[in-house]
Order: sequence, then structure tokens, then C-alpha cells
Amino acid sequence: MKIIVRSIVLLCSLLLFACGDKEEKKEGFSVERSKSSEVNTETPATTNEVPASQRITLDEKGVGPIKELTLDPEINTEMVAQGEAIFKTNCTACHKIDKRFIGPSPKGIMERRSPEWIMNMILDPQLMVEQDRCAKDLLVEFNGAAMANQNLTEEQARAILEYFRTL
Amino acid sequence: MKKVRYSILGLLGLAMVFIGCNDSGKSNGALSSSAAEKVYVAPGERDTYYAFLSGGYSGNLTVYGLPSGRMFKEIPVFSQFPTSGYGYSEETKPMLNTSFGFVPWDDLHHPDISQTNGELDGRWIFVNGNNTPRLARVSLSTFETEEIIEIPNSAGNHSSSFITENTEYVVAGTRFSVPVPQRDMPINEYKGNFKGALSFVSVAPDNGRLNLEFQVLMPGFNYDLSRPGRAKSHGWFFFSTYNTEEANSLLEVMASQNDKDFIAAVNWMKIEEYVKNGGGTKMAANYAHNVYDEHTHTGTSTMKKEVITVDPTEVPGAIYLLPTPKSPHGCDVDPTGQYIIGSGKLSADITVHSFDKMMAAIEGEKFDGEAYGIPILKFEEVLAGTVKSGGLGPLHTEFDDRGNAYTTFFISSEVVKWNVGTWEVLDRKPTYYSVGHLMIPGGNSRKPFAKYLVAMNKITKDRYLPTGPEMEHSAQIYDISGEKMELLYDFPTHGEPHYAAGCPAELLEPRSKKIYRLDENKHAYVTPSPDQARVERSGNEVHVYMSTIRSHFTPDNIEGIKVGDKVYFHITNHEQDFDVPHGFSIIGQNTSEILVMPGQTKTTLWEPKQVGVWPFYCTDFCSALHQEMQGYVRVSPANSNVELSWSLGE
Repeated sequence: MKIIVRSIVLLCSLLLFACGDKEEKKEGFSVERSKSSEVNTETPATTNEVPASQRITLDEKGVGPIKELTLDPEINTEMVAQGEAIFKTNCTACHKIDKRFIGPSPKGIMERRSPEWIMNMILDPQLMVEQDRCAKDLLVEFNGAAMANQNLTEEQARAILEYFRTL
Repeated sequence: MKKVRYSILGLLGLAMVFIGCNDSGKSNGALSSSAAEKVYVAPGERDTYYAFLSGGYSGNLTVYGLPSGRMFKEIPVFSQFPTSGYGYSEETKPMLNTSFGFVPWDDLHHPDISQTNGELDGRWIFVNGNNTPRLARVSLSTFETEEIIEIPNSAGNHSSSFITENTEYVVAGTRFSVPVPQRDMPINEYKGNFKGALSFVSVAPDNGRLNLEFQVLMPGFNYDLSRPGRAKSHGWFFFSTYNTEEANSLLEVMASQNDKDFIAAVNWMKIEEYVKNGGGTKMAANYAHNVYDEHTHTGTSTMKKEVITVDPTEVPGAIYLLPTPKSPHGCDVDPTGQYIIGSGKLSADITVHSFDKMMAAIEGEKFDGEAYGIPILKFEEVLAGTVKSGGLGPLHTEFDDRGNAYTTFFISSEVVKWNVGTWEVLDRKPTYYSVGHLMIPGGNSRKPFAKYLVAMNKITKDRYLPTGPEMEHSAQIYDISGEKMELLYDFPTHGEPHYAAGCPAELLEPRSKKIYRLDENKHAYVTPSPDQARVERSGNEVHVYMSTIRSHFTPDNIEGIKVGDKVYFHITNHEQDFDVPHGFSIIGQNTSEILVMPGQTKTTLWEPKQVGVWPFYCTDFCSALHQEMQGYVRVSPANSNVELSWSLGE
């Protein structure tokens, strides 16, 4: 019955708007709900008050192949160009520079994460999500969208890191 | 009688189970270990052998593990395959092109793995299409069909697709003789007029590309099966024949008149040289050559217009006929290259010819007449021995590395083990039922890996839970490492296996490709990075450059499509991780979905017929957010002026 009523309504509206006129903008329904991106403090998995994306964990190196990494004070521009190109083809489907998208923007990441952590997250996101607290919380904060392993070499990940230093 | 046999078998089975329990860990001969243990591959562990079973009328090739009998993959070759979109996607449609147009099916037989110096090298596997004569080459790194070549002047490509011992050639001998070139003539003028083409297709050593080098136009017999000479007989190829009566009707009776038919011994090296020196006749032809490129992820079909034919009487010393009793089917060469085994399918015995004796008979001109100018060698002069098997209806023979041969008997439903040299029968085991081909990994090479034997049966009947009138064919695994064969396991196959090829897992495991590299993707419609995702219109043709990653399409909202458009969705999968394909399907699509491997681009055509807003989605569960991997296409009337636009997350 419901379906029939709906169909009739749909049919009528189709008839009304068949000429390609703009449909009336509707607001949709609304109930009191918080956005999933704002609920981190309520998520049981999170113990920290600050959302994972804004947390500063510079002392954490994460888990994965990179144990220790010292950055040259000078930024290597050639590496930056390489990193930017690799980032563009392999990462921009989910990470935008100017906004939060599927995953966080890499802007300012150097102030929040250690170079080792960043490299490990790129090189073995699955292991990180299993074993690293911050990576785990990020997965929850970003709606369960697990970061894809793009099978990059350490050299490629390092170039991306260099690019991040310029953001 | 049968019931009694079953009870005995049952008791034996029970006894084995008990003994197996008491004696776990030790294995002292067949009876002290359980068959279950021998085929059990624990969760997370891998099989020790690959087995590639022909799919027969499924048109495809299936990949199994031994000893578990688990099926890993079905590789589409000659048949459209909606599971991956093979034969439906724009890139793979050309693979099924022939001189008869698009032929979406064939009857796939006889897989053979490439060899170097007579040993399996695991680069490619070749298969033949029996119905619309074709040969295919499948890569053993991508496990995808890379090439299909049609065989002109042929009909029923059955004595195929066997290779020479350095993969110089893959052969395609015709089962049905036909007028060459094809023409309008009375069927009953077959005798003396029809020809049987034996085609030699070269394989380029670096990339495997196939080229039809020459065709030997033989008398109008039926060329049934074939095997290469190896080691000392390298340079020769052996083809079994039936219907040397050249009957064109009621072959069931008429083709069984002669007491003996022939195995044709073809010195291909001699003919190759003849052709290289300008021999042979160029004949106009029309046949398709279809090549799939791993980097463009695209197949192209080219029509070839010429073939070199060779009249066997023009190359003296190149071809001889070996009389072989009772319509021989299998024609198998032992690992040393010395013995050619002819299985007269209406006989109780197996005929074994000797290569050395054949060479001596040729030398001594021990002829017994000729057939259309081709010398027939005297039977006794080439005969090495006869296996008095006691079975009925021998079909095919494979070999171990210990000097033994294993022959299937269709009529008496059994595998018979015999000694190569003494011709003595050593063991026999029943099969369930009516066994056709059998396979020992490397059993058709200089170096067999003879631990297991797989028997492929034609009749299943009561072996499994019934599934209505149609059932999959059964196969059985035997342990052949001991003196006596031991039946270990039954498993169902897909389609109808006509032969199989197997090899140790370590030959292929390390080279099996995990992903296609995005930066090596040379597809004409690739979307190399998401910012290049777009929609382009040219007339009523619309090209959607779309990329995917867990778990969204870029773009996922498209407007400005009109009824009557031809919309090509070119999907590039941006994943670079093992086993993360994404699928794509859209409502009302008249083809199949496509399954796009990491780093690959595939295209599906959609022709919207109705105005509306239509969803598309990912067909392969890709992540926790897979259900969210969806989008909409707005389809407007043909005369609409809705502008073309696309977006994601806006």
C-alpha cells in the first residue's frame, strides 16, 4: 500500500517536473544527532580528550619498517617534486591538501607526527591500524575508512614526506 | 559384485582410518597412513602443486591445487565470463573475434605448459579451442589470456595444443578434414579431396607471441591427438589418426573398418627448413590474431590474410605413417623420447613404437605401401612392444620419473601402471567412472614430478550428492609414489576436463603477479590521478574517465547524459595493494559488470534507454564502507540541454 502511494506521488512529481524544471529544494529531515567526525570524545576506543587528527604525538614513531629517521634541515626540492607527483597519483583520491576528505589533510602533519610515524603509516597502514594507538583512533575518527596500502617503496614514501614538509 | 566390492573398499577405508589414528606421524607405506592426511592441506597452508584442468565445453581453464583438489581460479579463455567481464569489457571483446565474427564460446582442450630443454619452465600455458579452431596462450604470471590465434583451413582443432621441447612451436592438428580451401562441393566426394591441416605455430621466446608459420596439408584423415618428440626424438612430432577410411557418414561404423590406422611422424625441423628456404605455397586465408597487452590492458584483433601450406609429398623424408591398431586416440611419448605409445581405443592392448626402430626402418626403407604419396612403415619394423593390459579401451598415457607409464582405460574404468621396456603390467586401480584423460605434473615432459596422478572421469553418477540430471565431472587423485597406486580423493571439476597440466607450486608461486603498477598503466583511457577524472562528450558518445579507491568512485555524480547515448565507463583502479579489486555495474547495463584489478583500467559500455537518475555501484566487497561505494547518473531526454557535469563530494 505504502509503495503504491509512493509510486503515485512519484509519478505525479515526475509529471510535474517532466519538462526538466528544477525540483523544489528540500531540506531533508533533521533530528538531534552529532556528526560522526565530532564524536571522538564519546568513542569508547578513544581515551584522549583531543581528536586523533589534532593530537600531537611527535614522540611516537609508530610500528613498521622505519625505526629511526633524521631529516636534513634543508628541504630537498627535487625530492619534493617527486613526492608531490607520487602523492598526486596515489593519495589524492582520499587526501586533499585544502580540506578534510576521506582522510585528513596532510597540511601541518609535520607538527603533529614524527617522520617515522608518517613513513610507517604510508608503508604499512594495516599494521599501524592494528598496533598504533593514534592510527587506530584516526580510523575511528575517519568513519572506518581504512587507509589503503599503495605499495610504495621506502624511497617513494620518503619523497612524500619531503613534500609534506613544504605544506 | 559391485556391492561386494564397495563393502570391501569400505572396510579397507575404515581400516585405514583406524590405522591412521594409531600411527599418526609415521608413514610406512600406503596402508599405514590415512588417505585423508595425504590430501589435507591445513588452513593457511598451501598446496604443493598447481593443476590446470581444461574446462571443455565451459570454454575456460580452471586452476586447482594438489593434493587438496581445491579450485583457485577459473581463467576465462574462449568464453565470455561475467565474473571478471572478460569478453564483455571493451578491452577483451577483441579477444573473441574470429573470421566468423564474435564467437563467445569454444570447447577448450589439452593444456600444455611451456618448456625449455624438455622441462617445464612455467612461463605460459597453451590451450586449444576445438570448435572454431583456435589456440590460446595464457600467462602464468597474470593468469590471464594474452593471445588467441585462429587456425585457418582447420576444423575441430583437437590434436593440439602441444608444444615442442623448447616451446619452438605449438601445434594445431585438425580433427575434421575439410576442403582446403573451403568450397561448395558434395559431401560424399570427401575421399581423396578433403585435407587435414597440421598447423605449426611458432612462439616468440621473449614475449610468447604466436605466428602461424606453416600448415602441412595431410590426407583427409582425422588427426586426433599429438605429442612432441623429446630428447633423441626432438625435431619430430607424432599425430594419431582415425578414419583413415575417409568416411563421411556413420563414422561410428564406417571409420572402424580398418584393422589399423596410423600415427603420423612429422619431422617438423625438416619442414621448417624447407619453408625457410622458400618452400611451400602461399595461400590466401582469413583468420584472426588477437593479442592482449598487459600494459595497455587492452586486446586488439588483426585479420591475417595469408598462410604457407606445405604438400607433404614435396618434402621427401619429412613424414612417415606408423600403422597402429584400432583407431588410436592417445599418442604419448615417454620422457626419454624413445617410445611412442598408441592407444587403440577399441583395443585391449597398448601399442608401443620405438623411435630408434622407426629411424632404422626409414633408413632401410621398410615400407608397406604409401598413402597419398606418404610412406607407410612396416608395423613389425617399428613396434617396440605391446602391453597386454587385460583392460579395455586404452585412451591416454602419462609417465613417472621411474620408468613407468600409466594408461587410462575408458571402457573398463581403470588406470593401469606398466613398465616402459618390459611392457609388464604392475598395478591397476579402478576409477569412478569411465576415465578419459589423466595427468601427472610434468608427465608430458622429460622431467615428470610423479607424486600424484589425477584421473579425469567422464561419468560421475553416484559419486556425489545428486544435483539433478546434470552433474560436474569427477576427478580422482592417486598417490603414485609407492609400488602400488593409492586412491586418495575425489573432487568435482568444472565443465569437462580434456587433459590437464600440472607443475610444482614453487615454479609459479614466486612469479605470480600481485598488482598491476599504476605508473605502468598505458591504457588509452587511463585516469592516472583523481584530478584527471572527467566526462567527455563527442556526439552521442560519452567517455567517463573514472577512478576508484576504497571506497568511492571519482566522480560519483554525473549529469548531462541523454537517452540514446553510448556511455563508456573507463574505470581505473587506483589501489596498489594485493587482492583489492573494485567492480562496477550500472542498472540496465546490457553487458556484464567489470572487475578491475589494482592498477588496471577496464571499460564497460552503457546505453541508457530511460530517463531518470540511475545508480551504479561497486560489485566487489572492498572495505567496511563498500556498501557506500556507489553513485548516480542523471539521464535526461535525448533533446535535453542539461549540461554535462560531474562531481564528487560536492
